[in-house]
Amino acid sequence: MGSYLAEQLLNGLILGSMYALIAIGFSMIYGIIRLINFAHGDIVMIGAFVTLGLVMNGKISFMVIVVLVLLAGALMGILIERVAFRPMRGAPQVTGFITSLAISILLQNLGILLLTAQPRNFFIPDYLQVFLHIGPVSLRTIDLAIIVTAIVFMTLLVFLVKYTRLGMAMRATAENLNVARLMGININRIIMLTFAIGSGLAGVAGMMWGGKYGQIDPLLGFVPGLKAFVAAVIGGVGSITGAMMGGYLLGFAEVLFVGLLPPIYSSYRDAFVFTTLILILLVLPTGFFGKKTEGEA
Amino acid sequence: MRRNRSRWLFPTVILAGAILVFILRSTTNDYVLAIACFAGINIILAVSLNLTNGFTGLFSLGHPAFMAVGGYISAIMTFPVARKTMLLPALPSWLATQQWSFLPAMVLGGLGATLAAFLVGFPVLRLKGHYLAVATLGFIIILQVLITNMESFTRGPLGLNGLPMLTNLWWVYMCVVITVYVCWKVKHSSLGRSMLAIRENEMAAECLGIPLARTRIMAFALGAFFAGIGGGLWAHLVTVITPTSFSVVMAFNLVVMVVVGGSGSITGAAFAAIMLTLMAEVLRPLEESLEAYGISEIIIAAGLLLILIFRSQGVFGGQEPGFLVRSGYGPSDEGKNPLSFGKVKGGTA
Amino acid sequence: MLEVRDSHVYIRQTYVLKGISLEVRHGEIVALIGANGAGKTTTLSTISGLTRASRGSIQFRPDKDMPQRDITKVPAEEIVNMGISQCPEGRQVFSDLSVWENLLIGAYLRKDKKAVQSDLKWVCGLFPILRERSRQSAGSLSGGEQMMLAIGRALMSSPRLLLLDEPSLGLAPQLVELIFEMLEQINAKGTTILLVEQNARMALELAQRAYVMETGNITLSGTGKELAENEEVRRAYLGAN
Repeated sequence: MGSYLAEQLLNGLILGSMYALIAIGFSMIYGIIRLINFAHGDIVMIGAFVTLGLVMNGKISFMVIVVLVLLAGALMGILIERVAFRPMRGAPQVTGFITSLAISILLQNLGILLLTAQPRNFFIPDYLQVFLHIGPVSLRTIDLAIIVTAIVFMTLLVFLVKYTRLGMAMRATAENLNVARLMGININRIIMLTFAIGSGLAGVAGMMWGGKYGQIDPLLGFVPGLKAFVAAVIGGVGSITGAMMGGYLLGFAEVLFVGLLPPIYSSYRDAFVFTTLILILLVLPTGFFGKKTEGEA
Repeated sequence: MRRNRSRWLFPTVILAGAILVFILRSTTNDYVLAIACFAGINIILAVSLNLTNGFTGLFSLGHPAFMAVGGYISAIMTFPVARKTMLLPALPSWLATQQWSFLPAMVLGGLGATLAAFLVGFPVLRLKGHYLAVATLGFIIILQVLITNMESFTRGPLGLNGLPMLTNLWWVYMCVVITVYVCWKVKHSSLGRSMLAIRENEMAAECLGIPLARTRIMAFALGAFFAGIGGGLWAHLVTVITPTSFSVVMAFNLVVMVVVGGSGSITGAAFAAIMLTLMAEVLRPLEESLEAYGISEIIIAAGLLLILIFRSQGVFGGQEPGFLVRSGYGPSDEGKNPLSFGKVKGGTA
Repeated sequence: MLEVRDSHVYIRQTYVLKGISLEVRHGEIVALIGANGAGKTTTLSTISGLTRASRGSIQFRPDKDMPQRDITKVPAEEIVNMGISQCPEGRQVFSDLSVWENLLIGAYLRKDKKAVQSDLKWVCGLFPILRERSRQSAGSLSGGEQMMLAIGRALMSSPRLLLLDEPSLGLAPQLVELIFEMLEQINAKGTTILLVEQNARMALELAQRAYVMETGNITLSGTGKELAENEEVRRAYLGAN
């Protein structure tokens, strides 16, 4: 029994790592321009496919792939910001949301157009499929890679945001765009950077998703994207630490929900997640770590 | 001064429409009729969504969920008893022996959707702006999960097929007329003005004594009712209904109709609904012949983006077209209505 | 130093500045007084580049021996670079950042680390409480302390011209006195000041010259003393009996 629980906790850790990475991007983008970026989940999908493409190429090492996927995600994020969101600045909240919804649908259908809706098998190199036995649990190297990569990136990000001049500028811009301009901060660049980092992390999460679940298709981003949004809300949108906490919390909750309840209820998993979302929005809209007053336009 | 109502406008339009329906039914083939039915259903959906989103400013993506409720309820009710025993053996007996005709089944579907709207609306409508949107999106998913799991009633993921094809252009037309009439009446009633007030400035509306919660729920529930009817019509046209029939993509397409038509404008929503249906029909064979699936949605999404960037008030900009205003049917003091589903930023000067 | 020429500014559909002209000379303290909604904040935000005038121009000459530049269309980020810094209305410190970080971010554009350090020392000399609270989050400071932080932050970019938007707002009179004394010191050290205020009395005492603004127009101008003794001004803004 103990080892079953340990297995579940491990799965929660893995799922949580992926949710956390995606949720961080959501939170960062929301924090800086108050936009719920629906298309974020689809960047995860793009990351997954880019990884597949690179891996099929055969000769590229893991580290390099990670960096390339990060860049691909970042570029995608910058492109979307420049083309779709920048012209919308100043528009009502909901317009931004519809815009991001439109982009999401656009990306999904471009995926269907170019890649067909058929799920493809993710190809995982052998050295990532080695089974390790740590204590009561056994896991594949890829699972370990997911957890470690996530932790590394999150640590780097926290360092960037808390201890560098750039991070300070990002925090200032997120709090008060206009006064940040009065400091001479180029907010366009900061916003672009925020999108780049957030989307890059989403891309990496896509890579992990493919590795974890073995199959990818152009529509894969939708549900993880929404769930990561739930995670961000739980932690408090706008807060990076909150997003991390929320991501892991949600990962554990989801896995335990399925793992501990009788199997009849497993398919209710998604309903559980979204009911939680609605509850949190109603009861604790600023999430556990949120600092801003949300719910206002 | 303005209420120089031309009392003959409405009946004339209805009669003209009826003649059009008659002509279509006697001269064209089933394919064209089906498209006309889809257009009509989309009009019902867009116009009713306009009530919730456009008038009241509640950004709800929940219409497909209400369609699902209405669709499934009406489908279960009209399902022949024989098929019921075959496909839904676990159905409770009081239900399994029923078989209703189309109209009562549809109305029940609509009422069911309304009930769902009340249940969901009470908690959820407290949210604002894009949070409401996401919550309603979550509702679509929750409902999908519930439908998938209530196998004894719905046959789960397999859905129900072989529904009697009860929808024809007359039914659709009748529902369109009723929907447009009701929404038009609401728009020009004190309820409609309350809704508009809430959309423009909630706090001011509250100060004027407008009951916020009640008006919001009314808008939501009314929209849901017609969505339920639309779902019923849809199910009996396509003759198949599954948990994924009414999805986020449909929610998106409906939003596109409302936005393109100009939120708040009934004529606009109807016009956009027709345009979108036609466009989808034109693009579908193109998709199939080029094996380029997904193109129609890409074009729709891209079109929406362009409109949002360049003409955010939509084609009609929230007003009814000039000739209708002049004949005393539109409030001519509507003023500018920029695309604002939610509160407009920066209420203070 | 700064010349606003016939500026017309629209905010959304509202006509806020209806053709204002004013002038700030090197080394001066100039006050802009007027009631709520007169357009004073808009004036400052137009100078700072946050808002753009639809007609008219703004000319800026950072030093007497430097050329004059038309800054009407220059974006806000650039304007800071050119030497104009604003302490905005309501203080608006970055509450998530520490006091120290707020000051540092004022110096965001500066590359000269040593000079930044010495400026930090000077600012903390003016407002010692900032050094005391340097590690605290700016949001935890009192109103007066935040005001000092906001001014200090604006000074950290080493501006030639300092714009202040209603520094006295919501502060106790002694605190206002203290701050205005500091402003005098800052001016003495060489920073030109354009001060927007509702508290007309103190502003006119401090400033060498002043303008009166009413619903988007400049209605009066003169030296601080002249305006303080002006009948209309006294009746409208100084509560004279």
